Amino acid sequence: METFATWVSFALTLCILSFLYRDNPLYKFAEHLFVGISAGYYIALAYQETLRPNLVDELARGNLWRLIPLVLSLLMFTRFSKGLAWLSRWPLAFIVGMYAGINVGAYGRGDLIIQLEATMLDFLHGGWGGVSNFLLVAGLAASLIYFYFSKEHTGPLRVVSRVGIGFLMISFGASFGYTVMSRISLAIGRARFLLADGTIAAILVAIITVILVVWSRRTRSRPGEST
Amino acid sequence: MKRAVSLTLTFIAGFLMMADFFVPHASFRGVVAEVRQWGLIVVAFTYVLGVANVAQVHGRRISRRESDWFNSIVLVGSMAGMAGLGIFHSHDSPDSPFIWLFNHVYDPLSSTMFALLAFFITSAAYRAFRARSVEAALLLGAAILVMLGQVPVGAAIWGGEDAFLGGFPGIKDWIMSVPNMAAKRAILMGAALGAISTGIRVILGIERAHLGGGG
Amino acid sequence: MPGALLRKLEFVDRRWLFLMMACAIVIPLIFPVPLPIAVTDMVQDLYDSIEDLPEGSVVLVSVDYDPTGKPELEPFHVALFHQIARKKLRMVIVSLWSPAPPLTEQVIAEVGLETTYGMERGVDFVHLGFKEGRQIVMESMGRSLRQTFPVDRDRTPVSEIPLMQEVDKYDDFAMLINISAGSPGVKEYVQVVQSQYGIKMTGACTAVSGPDYVPYYDSGQMLGLAAGMKGAAEYEVLVGLPGSATAGMVAQSTTHLLLVAFIVFGNVMFFLARKRRS
Repeated sequence: METFATWVSFALTLCILSFLYRDNPLYKFAEHLFVGISAGYYIALAYQETLRPNLVDELARGNLWRLIPLVLSLLMFTRFSKGLAWLSRWPLAFIVGMYAGINVGAYGRGDLIIQLEATMLDFLHGGWGGVSNFLLVAGLAASLIYFYFSKEHTGPLRVVSRVGIGFLMISFGASFGYTVMSRISLAIGRARFLLADGTIAAILVAIITVILVVWSRRTRSRPGEST
Repeated sequence: MKRAVSLTLTFIAGFLMMADFFVPHASFRGVVAEVRQWGLIVVAFTYVLGVANVAQVHGRRISRRESDWFNSIVLVGSMAGMAGLGIFHSHDSPDSPFIWLFNHVYDPLSSTMFALLAFFITSAAYRAFRARSVEAALLLGAAILVMLGQVPVGAAIWGGEDAFLGGFPGIKDWIMSVPNMAAKRAILMGAALGAISTGIRVILGIERAHLGGGG
Repeated sequence: MPGALLRKLEFVDRRWLFLMMACAIVIPLIFPVPLPIAVTDMVQDLYDSIEDLPEGSVVLVSVDYDPTGKPELEPFHVALFHQIARKKLRMVIVSLWSPAPPLTEQVIAEVGLETTYGMERGVDFVHLGFKEGRQIVMESMGRSLRQTFPVDRDRTPVSEIPLMQEVDKYDDFAMLINISAGSPGVKEYVQVVQSQYGIKMTGACTAVSGPDYVPYYDSGQMLGLAAGMKGAAEYEVLVGLPGSATAGMVAQSTTHLLLVAFIVFGNVMFFLARKRRS
């Protein structure tokens, strides 16, 4: 069973990787299988770990207040009816209101007040550290001014805004560097997985290559579409 | 009437969540705690709605024998099978078919789908990342310094305690803790101001985009 | 450079680039070269903050990643459970991402919490599983963990779980440790939980989010942060158990060098072509 599982995992991995050659039926099959399995997984977990303990079991225990969210949730399905679709906005309105209420406080405390406190830095003392602190505060102010669109960026405002753009570009470059690292980590993870049993991987690579070559010749399309 | 109920629900839900932070009374908090459970349940049901939508779209494709309908059968069949196993059989036992499918089908498919991005980034780096302007040059310069500073080979090329500015790792650390920090903090604070104002507008019913109407 | 060669290089079939990237990944994995991994302050602080916890403290671990985050976060997850077990801390594990619970069980088995460390489920650690709702769940846990999770993952009522009789709110925990691949994760926990309840918080994230969360570490909202595979490798070094993250750093190095070379070469060709056209 373990060997069969390995063959299945490897085969599916290579079906997805075959997309690097070109879009093909093996990839499409694996893609649809992925969407189906993940949708089925999500709904099973939503039922078993949220709906069953927090709704079904509670109703069975006599907590009739839980009928309210049940009714609200069922109203979501009225969107499939042209005449009653307006009712499907009620549960959405409820949820949006909840998240809005939570986020007002969360963003205010976590991202505004505390971050503002952390920006109160000493840049008159500390040598190079003081210079760095000054650059940090100046860069933050310049970046915030860049996002101020209620006044046209002309004159001194334009100069400060351009400095802000410079800081933003450097931070986007840093984010890009980390994003590259993250994506490559995923590829490294897959490579380690396939290399765990090189024989099976090699056999499957050979089989899939033959399938792709035969399919390519039969469809007689030109390979090598550019980016 | 139709819109009034939606706006009232939004206001009540939002007000309760905000007020819970300020009101210490146990009875009020008990009410809010119960309302929060309702929120969990409604959000969980959105998965059911999503699945119903997917089933409808692909079901139509199968019944009309549209292009790629065989793959739609694969999708709907695997979705029904996985959901059925998870709901009616065991969803957490390590020996269950559900967990077997998670480990040997879902896991490799999910991981590999995103692993493709590494290759597309390679292609983009070679063909598309051009320093056409000063700003783009700043971005690429910072990216290169961070990419080299992040990995051990960068430190091997130019690094160590005696290296000027700490070498690639030192420069990377400075970029992360000064210019990156400044810009990211500005984005955090700006986004926070936007989120607060939008949240209040939504709760007060001024913002109605989520109801399909204008603000 | 002759124009024809320049054009050929500029419009090379991207599959050759894919092949070069594949070689840059696979060859170092087959022929590894050990490279020293320097530990940064962020990860050192993360490790120290957990080491400083008294024996027997209860920590809340929120595991929020899926298989796409495994290469970056599973090594950290494994090393974390080793550190927690060695320190004889106790933990309550929750998830806000539905694929996380089976991954957590894999890590529990791999680390040997029950078999090697002799930890007892229900007494030394509890796996409460997944709950849908994102920030609503975070707020709900702050009021009552037992009401939010009436049963654990094995459907045992929390009223029958010994460890759950000692904890119910964030105040009852010594620390919150979040292993996060995105949203909901570190950002939401900092905003909703750390800023409101003042609980000590630390954790790991994917490298994509690393630059975004550095302000939270700088402001003290997070005591430490391990970002990406590099952060996980540093943490493995500190825990003393080099694993898959450490092994992956060589391939990470070669691929980064390749990408830098591509960016530089691509720009050189671009400027040469522009000069030729003008």
